Amino acid sequence: MAEQTRSFIGQTPAAPAGRGTARLVWRRFARRPAALFGLAIILVFLIVAVGAPYIAPYDPDEADFFRARQGPSRDHWLGTDELGRDVFSRLLYGARISLRIGLIAVGIGVGVGVPLGVVAGYYGGAVDNIVMRLVDIMLSFPSILLAIGLVAILGPGLENAIIAVGVVAIPVYIRQVRASVLGVKELEFVAAARAAGASDARIMWVHVLPQCISPILVQSSLQIAAAILSAAGLGFLGLGAPADVPEWGTMLAKGRQYVFSASHLTTFPGLAIMLVVMGFNLVGDGLRDALDPRLRGR
Amino acid sequence: MLPYIARRLLYAIPTLLGVTFLVFVSVRLIPGDPAVAIAGERATPELIEQVRLELGLDQPLLTQYGRFLLGLVQGDLGTSLRTRLPVAPEVWRRLGQTLLLAAASLLLASVVGMFLGIVSATRPYSIFDNAGMVLALLGVSTPVFLLGLMLMLVFSVELPKMLQLSGPILPPTGSGTWKHLVMPAVTLGAYSTGIIARMTRSSMLDVIGHDYIRTARAKGLSERVVTYRHALRNALVPVITVQGLQFGTLLGGAVLTESVFAWPGLGRYLVDAIFLRDYPVVQAAILVIAVGFIIINLVVDLVYGLVDPRIRYG
Repeated sequence: MAEQTRSFIGQTPAAPAGRGTARLVWRRFARRPAALFGLAIILVFLIVAVGAPYIAPYDPDEADFFRARQGPSRDHWLGTDELGRDVFSRLLYGARISLRIGLIAVGIGVGVGVPLGVVAGYYGGAVDNIVMRLVDIMLSFPSILLAIGLVAILGPGLENAIIAVGVVAIPVYIRQVRASVLGVKELEFVAAARAAGASDARIMWVHVLPQCISPILVQSSLQIAAAILSAAGLGFLGLGAPADVPEWGTMLAKGRQYVFSASHLTTFPGLAIMLVVMGFNLVGDGLRDALDPRLRGR
Repeated sequence: MLPYIARRLLYAIPTLLGVTFLVFVSVRLIPGDPAVAIAGERATPELIEQVRLELGLDQPLLTQYGRFLLGLVQGDLGTSLRTRLPVAPEVWRRLGQTLLLAAASLLLASVVGMFLGIVSATRPYSIFDNAGMVLALLGVSTPVFLLGLMLMLVFSVELPKMLQLSGPILPPTGSGTWKHLVMPAVTLGAYSTGIIARMTRSSMLDVIGHDYIRTARAKGLSERVVTYRHALRNALVPVITVQGLQFGTLLGGAVLTESVFAWPGLGRYLVDAIFLRDYPVVQAAILVIAVGFIIINLVVDLVYGLVDPRIRYG
């Protein structure tokens, strides 16, 4: 009891999120075949992205002009591109780029959006007003348009495309986290922490933020899908990765001129984007359902 | 209702000002001297000076912004650096094409999406529901450029070849007739179809669980009347909002679709201008789409307030 009292006064423990909850969420997640299918896609995607140098049968940059634009065969499972490079190997390496795009973009969104959302929601008043007006302005642009606008300023290129896609995600996180904080900060355990003498910073980061993790998790899964799709769109427009980089959108854009004679150059990169985006969307949906307390027991 | 409309209009003003300011500042954020960036690296010092004077870059930022706003109010969107012609007439002409494409896509997405949503919700967890939701998921996950190119391949090349036709069933690029509109509209609308289908389904399922639906069934109404007259009407309120918001998203998404099908809209104009570093055109196109997006969101809010009084007085 004495130890408990001390911990309340000195350190104010965070609201518990037990292992039992995680198990319950997993059980409800695993009950949905679609969510499991999405998870399987993501796992394969991760394995491919990490292990590309070991799995790829060819060097992705090795050209063979005598075998240019050949359809799928035993030697080249998904055919060759306009320079005779192996499409399958390039797709495997492309997975690494897509993974990087998804993770960095979400990192930018979470890194900037979450702190701003927490501060805006917690303090309210003028801070909230300023942050939310900025969010309103950013959300006044359709997301792909905002990304294109940013790339127009920063200049085309993969790094700039990733930054642009990440910046687009920031207002989404701010709005969502702020909404969660508004609900959580009125709860009794926050009042208790305040009564125990915890500072605003401690209440925000140790008590309030952990309660907002579920929606952030769901949003991140959906945002990775959106980031990969947007970056591929920028690549397709020629505003993303340079032409020699095996980024899926750029590969598709290159193959586009041969769409009527060598359609595999557009089909396979397109299908890869679609599958991965679908995987993250399915996992995001599954997580949302599994974490939604209103659906508990269903 | 009037105070609600006035309040919403007042809220939109700072956002509109913020968007115009952001777009205005962004062109000035281009690394290096904006006049050099706009005129081009190889431009003569005279041309650079002319650009500087034209954009008023020698004046304080707020004065520049004031002049920019004044020009906007008078319908002046600047002068293209490439053609040396005013940007506004070309923007309005192309906006018409983009609006046509977005409207056709929304119509298609609404009809198909609501149909899928209703079929799924009235037979939850059946094979129809699963098939409908798989279609919706495909719509949400398929990149527009993949779908566009595949439709082109099928309807302009493979099917005509298979049926031994002399020409394509649907023209792969261009505009002018309804046939030109079909593939771009399907391509652009696929994502919105998925969103509307999912929204309709979840909204219907939510409404079907309410007491008044049980009451309607208990008093002996047919399932058809319960579904369409009682459930669907109330379920449609959030669907209308989503449809409105999708229209704005379609305006932005049109950039990609227009590039695939060489559709002469605002999006393609924007992308071409980025490559040509024609910044007044980039600025004008982004501004017009963003302001269109704000106006659409405003209209959606007003309509939402009209159909659901709880929002008005909330």
